[in-house]
Amino acid sequence: MTATRLSSGGSAIDRSRPVSFSFDGRKLQGFEGDTIASALLASDVAVVGRSFKYHRPRGIWGAGVEEPNALVDISGSVATTPNTRATTEFVLEGMIAKSVNASPNAAADRNAFIDRFSRFIPAAFYYKTFMWPDWHLFEPRIRAVAGLGEVDTGWQSSGPADQINRHCDVLVVGAGPAGLAAAKLAAGAGQSVILVDGQREPGGSLNHRTGEIDGKPDAAWVAETIAELSAAGHIVLPSTTAFGIYDHNLVGLNQRHVDGRPDTLWRVRPRRIVLATGAIERPLPFANNDLPGIMSADAALIYLRRFAVLVGRRIIVATNNDSAYEVAGALAEAGADVTLVDSRKDGAPAAPEGVSRMAGRLVAAARGKVRVEGAVLDDGTVLEADCVAVSGGWTPTIHLFCQARGKLVWSEAQAAFLPGDPVEGMAVVGAAAGAVSLSGVFEGAAKAMPGATTSPAPRSTGVEATGGILAAWPIPGARGRVWIDYQNDVTAKDVELAARENFISVEHLKRYTTLGMATDQGKTSNLAGLALMGAATGRTVPEVGTTTYRPPFTPVPLASFAGARGGELMSPVRRLPLENVHRAQGAVFQEYGGWLRPAHYGGADADRAIQDEARRARQSVALFDGSTLGKIEVMGPKAAEFVDFIYYNTMSTLKPGRCRYGFMLSENGVVFDDGILVRLDEHRFVVSCSSSHVAAVHARLEEWRQDRFGRDAVYIHNATSEMATLTVSGPNAKNLLVALNLGLSLDDTDLPHMAIGEGMFETEPVRVARVSFTGDRSYEVSIRADRAERLWARMHEAGKAFDAVTIGLEALMILRAEKGYIVIGKDTDGTTLPHDLGVDGPRAKRKSEYVGRRSLFTEVAMPDSRQQLVGLAVARGEEPLATGAHGISREGGKLRSQGFVTSSYHSPTLARPVALGLIERGAARHGETIDIQHLGMVRRATITGPCAFDPSGERLNA
Amino acid sequence: MQLFHCPFCGARDETEFHFGGEAGNLRPDGADAPADRWANYLYMRDNPKGAVREVWVHMNCGEFFVMERDSVSHQVLSSTSLDGAGHAQ
Repeated sequence: MTATRLSSGGSAIDRSRPVSFSFDGRKLQGFEGDTIASALLASDVAVVGRSFKYHRPRGIWGAGVEEPNALVDISGSVATTPNTRATTEFVLEGMIAKSVNASPNAAADRNAFIDRFSRFIPAAFYYKTFMWPDWHLFEPRIRAVAGLGEVDTGWQSSGPADQINRHCDVLVVGAGPAGLAAAKLAAGAGQSVILVDGQREPGGSLNHRTGEIDGKPDAAWVAETIAELSAAGHIVLPSTTAFGIYDHNLVGLNQRHVDGRPDTLWRVRPRRIVLATGAIERPLPFANNDLPGIMSADAALIYLRRFAVLVGRRIIVATNNDSAYEVAGALAEAGADVTLVDSRKDGAPAAPEGVSRMAGRLVAAARGKVRVEGAVLDDGTVLEADCVAVSGGWTPTIHLFCQARGKLVWSEAQAAFLPGDPVEGMAVVGAAAGAVSLSGVFEGAAKAMPGATTSPAPRSTGVEATGGILAAWPIPGARGRVWIDYQNDVTAKDVELAARENFISVEHLKRYTTLGMATDQGKTSNLAGLALMGAATGRTVPEVGTTTYRPPFTPVPLASFAGARGGELMSPVRRLPLENVHRAQGAVFQEYGGWLRPAHYGGADADRAIQDEARRARQSVALFDGSTLGKIEVMGPKAAEFVDFIYYNTMSTLKPGRCRYGFMLSENGVVFDDGILVRLDEHRFVVSCSSSHVAAVHARLEEWRQDRFGRDAVYIHNATSEMATLTVSGPNAKNLLVALNLGLSLDDTDLPHMAIGEGMFETEPVRVARVSFTGDRSYEVSIRADRAERLWARMHEAGKAFDAVTIGLEALMILRAEKGYIVIGKDTDGTTLPHDLGVDGPRAKRKSEYVGRRSLFTEVAMPDSRQQLVGLAVARGEEPLATGAHGISREGGKLRSQGFVTSSYHSPTLARPVALGLIERGAARHGETIDIQHLGMVRRATITGPCAFDPSGERLNA
Repeated sequence: MQLFHCPFCGARDETEFHFGGEAGNLRPDGADAPADRWANYLYMRDNPKGAVREVWVHMNCGEFFVMERDSVSHQVLSSTSLDGAGHAQ
């Protein structure tokens, strides 16, 4: 092939703007508007890549999304992207393009020798060869030799991809003649239209095929139609591919940008979808049909008319249908020596001027080593050529129709699958529906837009295309190597092998040979593979059937789907109202159950700071931000009955102004949450659930409310984020609170443990709950979140007199573990029942119904051998036990787990480690020792009650 | 992405909803409910092909409702608010 750039012409390129880029290290020139493929052809680069498996030299086949061969990795002045199609990627100044699966480059690939052994490595050879001893032994080497482009593992996104959601009346996919006509008709009828096209310039086949519409040259009609649509406010999106149709007519669009921005993902929900997606030209099956220089005839015409590239000097145009005649004529007119080889004896159009034709002849084999040098016909005639432009017929692009569960029907006359019964809310028009002539296209478009009769459909006023075709499918037993799937290196022999080995179902064929499984998803190859399988097994093409069409139609960057959901927005944290105040106090933040909270206030030496905070909290008084605690209000005439049902513990006996600790269970009896329930008055409660469980508890309460109790019986309001809760805990907690002057009696008879009081901080009402998660006298003061800063500051001022310490969550965890207070999900797991935690009263005594009740009396709930909450003590001076370490026993020489350590800390107050665990029969084993194993090390611990500090609870009232 | 119909908010993307279980799964109350009935209530599901009745919740507004839909065609047939009588459990 000696392709050249002509001195004039080329509707897509701007000759005044040269662009330099490199390919496989070679500096090359193109023009603004060139694709990498057209620029490579203009420089006569024939070999642009190496094939996936055999490392065969490969050239450019097509001029669009169907391209199987010309994949390149691009970098340099553009975002690094592997495996982009050279036919759809535009050259940019400074772009570096590299061929795939070739080293050092496509022209001189050191693995090219593999092709000589191709006889020994047919389809699925690796399934048979590398079974013993283990496929994984061979896999790394094979992966290194076979494959496509390279991923840049250091890739960084240049920013989040935009995502746009839109509704419209009509979404038209494809802006060729059919799509433009449909869009024009819909717009004329007052419907809102979104028109998308994968190409940078709308027009489709009108951009390179000859036609005249409404008396105008086709290019003028395209420009006018687009201008009309845009002016009327419709959305026209070039460089945008509709890659998938999802449930309820949701269409995914991927929009590319010329300025290098990340692609934009559109989610469009139209009332009606019009598919005007055109058709893709197929190769012809002859030996060595994969040689560089053999290309789609339509692509040859595109390169000539759009990019002014003449793809060869001596060109064979091989065809079985009428569409290549215009190509042959145009190539001859541009100065090439053209021979038209038509497989049809009769019924073909007249040969174009300047073209010699051989009718009733087939190409049997291409000749050449690294690029095509000629062809041998079926009668033995040898033709010399530097390019073979082939047309094996057209495959309608029905991918989106099939994704929407549309069924295909086989047309023998057109040798193609066409859309069958219409899918609701969708129409297929143009070449995708099998239309050939512009008249046929426009007629179909008008039919597809019922009701859009206000404006007349466009009319074709020029020469019309004809669609005569004589099917040319691969034939079993043909001589030589006939390529079916270029990208995955599947030959006719591979398909025949699959047939012999009984992989005759189309889905088996696909997986056994990898036919159609490459990045091009078999756009040029699937039908030939099906036809050959049919011929090899005595079935027709529709009897073989097609594989399932799935999104995406073309590769879509994962970044498009991720959108803004990356980095901090991947999983956003909830934040405290006083976050900035804590930061100013030197807090070190961590995420706990979705909340960003102060872990401690000690800077770099975390362990020391945490120990110090926990020790000082017991000595005088500690301040702690507990704003994350759930505050879900339950109100209404049946509120008391409701909380009785929701909680394991009886709650309706609670007096107004008092609090009670309780469990919520799941219906399978497992402890789901724990916390304090506050009764404000007869019909009003506050559920104070775990910080990380608020959303789940809220949803659960709503479900029982709406399903069992009734919407008028109970009302639920999640007030968690409305209020900040600041906790004062320790022997001096009461003294500090007195200094705050909250205007309520803190006397122990007025405000005993587990009671609440209402007061005022300055002009702001506060609720004071005397509850404790530390084991010391504690007050939780709740105040409007936006007024909390002042109260926090006052607490610190007043705290100075008592050497108050501000503590983070880590110190609180030590304090609560010293007391044996549990954290659900840490000290319990998905099997823990309430009586495993020593709370058996309600189970034994309650008569009324509650969530999870029946599950507490099943066979698995009854045995004493269940894992139960215990304390685990080790000797003073030893390291704390490892959390997660297993309590073990040896029975008959076999190691067995008896449970595990759930929480473990060093207690600064007790000057020894404290730990909680779930251990089999633990409640009855206090005083026994148990082996605790962690990472092969075994230590001894003594089983105790969970509470290690102040077991009589005197400090709660001290 | 499917469009579900919240009785309170109208048609919304399915990502805004959570599945709440098969509808009509009546809860046997009482500590002495037969074990097999309780086990059925907790674990046994029909998972039919075709028309199904399911409880869904629209997370944005908190509405629990019964949705009838087709598990094959994904067509949504109806959405009904819960009546508080425990019929949907």
